[in-house]
Amino acid sequence: MAAYRCSYSAVLLILCICSVSTAIDSEETTLTGAHHVGEVDNTQTATETGEQTTEQPVVEERRWEAIDVEEATPGDSDIDEKDTSAPETIVPLTVPQLKDDFQEELVIRPLHSGDIYASFQFRTLWETDFMKGNKVSHYRLFPKSLGQVISKFSVQELHISFTQGYWRTMQWGQPFLPSPPGAELWVWFQDSVTDVDGMWKELTNVLSGIFCASLNFIDSTNTVQPSASFKPLGISNVTDHRFLRYATLPREIVCTENLTPWKKLLPCGSKAGLAVLLKSEKLFHSSFHSEAVHIRPVCQDLLCKTTSWELRQTLNVVFDLHTSGQGKREWSLFKMFSRTLTEACPLASSSKIYIDITDNPQWEQFELSPATPLLSQALVLGDRRTFSVYDLTQQITFGTVRSLNLLIRWKSNEGDMLRPLLHAERYVAGYGLQTGEIHTLMYNNHPYRSFPVLLLDSVPWYLRLYIHTLTVTSKGKHNKPSYIHYQPSKDRVRPHLLEMLIQLPPNSVTEVTVQFERALLKWTEYTPDPNHGFYVGSSVISSLVPSIAAMDTNSTLERPLFSSFFPCKEESSYFVRIYTEPLLVNLPTPDFSMPYNVICLTCTVVAVGYGSLYNLLTRSFQIEEPSPGLAKRIANVIRKVRGVPPL
Amino acid sequence: MATTEVERRRGQLAALSIAAVVIIVGVPLWWRTTETYRAWLPVSQIKELAKLQLQLSADVEVVFARGTVTPEQQKKVPLTLSQDEEHIVDEKTALWYRYETRYRTATIMEEDALNQPTAAEADLSLHTLSESPCGSLVVYVIPESSPLLLQDVNVYIGQRRTAFLRVGTQMRVGRTLEQLLAHLEPQLKQVLQLMSFSHADITAALSDRVRLIPGNKGGIADSMRAFKSSPGYEITFSLLNPDPKSHRVHWDIEGAVQTYIQPLLTKLAPVANFSIDSQTLYYAMLGVNPRFDSSRSAYTLNVDSLAHVINPVEARLGSNAASSNPVLNFLLYIPDAHHSPLYIHDHKKQEVPSNAFHSPRWGGIMVYNVNGFYGSEVVYPVDININMAKVMGVFLAQLRLLLGVQSSSPPPGFLVAPCSSTGLADWELDRLMWSRSVENVATATTTITSLAQLLDQISNIVINDNIAQQVSSAVTSLQLAVAELEAGNLGFALQYSKEAILASERAFFDPSLLHLLYFPDDQKFAIYIPIFLPMCVPILLSLLKILSEARQKHREKHAKKE
Repeated sequence: MAAYRCSYSAVLLILCICSVSTAIDSEETTLTGAHHVGEVDNTQTATETGEQTTEQPVVEERRWEAIDVEEATPGDSDIDEKDTSAPETIVPLTVPQLKDDFQEELVIRPLHSGDIYASFQFRTLWETDFMKGNKVSHYRLFPKSLGQVISKFSVQELHISFTQGYWRTMQWGQPFLPSPPGAELWVWFQDSVTDVDGMWKELTNVLSGIFCASLNFIDSTNTVQPSASFKPLGISNVTDHRFLRYATLPREIVCTENLTPWKKLLPCGSKAGLAVLLKSEKLFHSSFHSEAVHIRPVCQDLLCKTTSWELRQTLNVVFDLHTSGQGKREWSLFKMFSRTLTEACPLASSSKIYIDITDNPQWEQFELSPATPLLSQALVLGDRRTFSVYDLTQQITFGTVRSLNLLIRWKSNEGDMLRPLLHAERYVAGYGLQTGEIHTLMYNNHPYRSFPVLLLDSVPWYLRLYIHTLTVTSKGKHNKPSYIHYQPSKDRVRPHLLEMLIQLPPNSVTEVTVQFERALLKWTEYTPDPNHGFYVGSSVISSLVPSIAAMDTNSTLERPLFSSFFPCKEESSYFVRIYTEPLLVNLPTPDFSMPYNVICLTCTVVAVGYGSLYNLLTRSFQIEEPSPGLAKRIANVIRKVRGVPPL
Repeated sequence: MATTEVERRRGQLAALSIAAVVIIVGVPLWWRTTETYRAWLPVSQIKELAKLQLQLSADVEVVFARGTVTPEQQKKVPLTLSQDEEHIVDEKTALWYRYETRYRTATIMEEDALNQPTAAEADLSLHTLSESPCGSLVVYVIPESSPLLLQDVNVYIGQRRTAFLRVGTQMRVGRTLEQLLAHLEPQLKQVLQLMSFSHADITAALSDRVRLIPGNKGGIADSMRAFKSSPGYEITFSLLNPDPKSHRVHWDIEGAVQTYIQPLLTKLAPVANFSIDSQTLYYAMLGVNPRFDSSRSAYTLNVDSLAHVINPVEARLGSNAASSNPVLNFLLYIPDAHHSPLYIHDHKKQEVPSNAFHSPRWGGIMVYNVNGFYGSEVVYPVDININMAKVMGVFLAQLRLLLGVQSSSPPPGFLVAPCSSTGLADWELDRLMWSRSVENVATATTTITSLAQLLDQISNIVINDNIAQQVSSAVTSLQLAVAELEAGNLGFALQYSKEAILASERAFFDPSLLHLLYFPDDQKFAIYIPIFLPMCVPILLSLLKILSEARQKHREKHAKKE
């Protein structure tokens, strides 16, 4: 038996090596050196697993899916990595070459708190040009409504997110795509736009119609133009921040009415593919829910000869174990979404489910069923992670019951997570209704590396920041920011904008404090529930964090969607954006019946004064006989009774 | 006694002067500080426009070819006659139609053109000779023997603004020109009705202002089918593929739009701006389940159920994000593999040959069966290329209907030239422009008059200067449009009427008219009462007292005199 196993693993080894050699062969013609490194890396791990198989029969069935090679060139069909091979449909010659492509993906990451993080990504790539007034009017997979928005408003890049709940970085780690609570919108306009503010105003109104959200409340009082924090994520030659607008609405409540239009933008709607799982009654019964749309131009190839437009729709949700698990630590697709999967979206060129099993290589923490033979590795958030892959385009994934219901069963409760290298929190200090202080704490948990972070704060005008009280301290010492961009507010016109580049020393807490004074609003400016308080949007912290594994700088390679959003410029660090909590600040609130009371009171006072004055002026005075004294009058009454003439 | 009298007089004077101060200073001050800003509006001109009196004039040229008039008749031409028709539509709307008819004989070049073998060629060569302006017509009267027209055809209507009219034999011999004209009159009138405006068209265009006479049901249906006049339209072609698992459908919409739709829209450019989009929607279902007809082994959709088809589809279509113009939807529905073929049945349970239908003021739907393209043992998904010529033929016909290009059937003896590649004859465009101009004028006047009424009724709406400016420009454009219609300059009339409609809508929907703080008068006075009441009561009382005293004194004096 053992001999058989050995021979099996040897066969496996040979197979791996063979496949790699074919990959390298093909690489010489089509792929580049960066790819090569990743490929060799993969083989090493593959070999390790191969060795492990001798001791661990459970892992025997696993195969490594070399994700870099897969689908990169359709000619590599001889790579025999996947057991199943799809029946190739013969495409007739008359069929026109399609210029758009759709991919869908679901990543499930079991969190150490016992919660489940599910992240959906849908990507539509379209080889077209929206730039410079080029009229695009024939749509296939790309939604028409968004295409029209891009053309009409000359949008270079558009990022919009709606989030309910706050992402707890300390408990859950970094999300694949960060977003602040409420609604966030940032847009880069093309440099041909002359009236950016007018375009922005109209764009927010149109988007609020498309997404059924209150984005029309975005106006100049909550819009800023960050100078450094929000750089274009796609290809662009515009870096002048005059063409950038950024706004958040922390008050925005996200619900079904935002999800429905979001789902409508998908080519398959919610009828097929991964989107059937998006049932609103389950999605909103969760600790965290965030849906987003990102549109940007991207390169098709390394030399960027052709560009295409990418529409990325993402939906992140964290399910709480304890509220709905009835005490059992067990999860399935059906329990989470009340649906199972039966097919991939027929329009998708790739449709996959990834389950993060990095912390669980020997199945000692949780058990996954049905088991999958496909494994994949991806560089995500500076770390090399291992995923079990379910390819929905393969019929075998669904098994004999023709439906896929993934089940995760926990075995042990313990397990600790690496603390995230960077996280931040924020609060308001102070008492009374006149002044206060905003504290922002940024933690660098890296044991020996310091790195710079960009802090962006956009504070509404009704909190008047005293910028001279701004202090930045780390480890008890003053920390001088190397770059400060401050734009003071104007009452009822624009908010404060504060951007700073701060170096965070290793293993430290950096505290930024600034004092403010609360303004008195006009009585029509208060919200309907003024005693609830006023929201101040999240601070944004953008940083290049030192990575553990070498990052892949080639952005055109085929990678899982969740690991390819932020472009990576160097191998030693990766980009992270984190959002702090939004603040809720009480402003001095008047009694709203006061105006009427004041009017009544002043009117009465004026009337009383006027009345007496009027009396004095108009009454005629005449001399009267002084009336007789009281004693005399009494005496007179008595005399009358007695019948004696009065005095 | 004297001192008390002096004192009393002083009190009276004080009361009077306080009353005077309150009335002269206080009341105007209060009035001015609480006044709302209302810019001046041309109310009298708007009132004039409310009583709409439109005069439409068309220039008609009647050209006698050689052999239709005798030499003595020829001496009297050229001459000009004008004809007036008056229609009172209702108490606020009156219409005058004026045809300015010029009679002349054909020039040598025109004679040459008329000698062409066929009517279509003659039409073309006459067009190259001279282009008649928008809104005018040229009628060539040709002799009985002319080979241009077929035997049983008396009138040929060309693709441009020309028509050929065959003159009867009995008129050849020695009659006066008046008699000839009287003979031509009824046919000429029919030609005018067909090629220029007709009363039915114009009243249909006025349907906004005038309640249509009940009973004329067909006319109402016709007038309700076309879209309302608008400065622009969005045309959206949607390919509905409810079954992408089985059918991979490709359509060359870009090429088809360039070939079939764009020429028509280029021709229609003076009427409105058009923009064309297309999209593909997957998993878009119809709202009804088609019934299986076992005798035909096909699925059928009944006429009665078509009304329920659109609503669920419309939810997927999405509104136009880029403009607020009306959208014309054209849907091409590919039935899924399990429900094909699918046919639409009319009232008589017969298959509709085009397999398409349209919905008034919304768009059209065509069902395109693809099950014939593949056999039963095919491997799904099947790649299918759509025959765009077939589809666009149907959509083009629907587009013409929905845009209000009337295709009324010609009277007997008339031959209408077949559509050219543009899909629209010049005179059809003219007809559309007449009715669109009238419709625009009618809509703009209703908008402006109702805005004036509204502003008149609610007295505390602020009227800003820009609204006043929009209203004035709308009124000016309206007056210009009416004047141009009267002068017969159709192109300018349409242009001005479009400007009028834009300006009036902008004024009507201006957000500044919708301010939030409109307090009703009773609430305002409730707030003022604490100061008004204690102030006014003593003043009034003392004034009354002074008045009564004065009257008494007067009476006493009177009594003394007597």
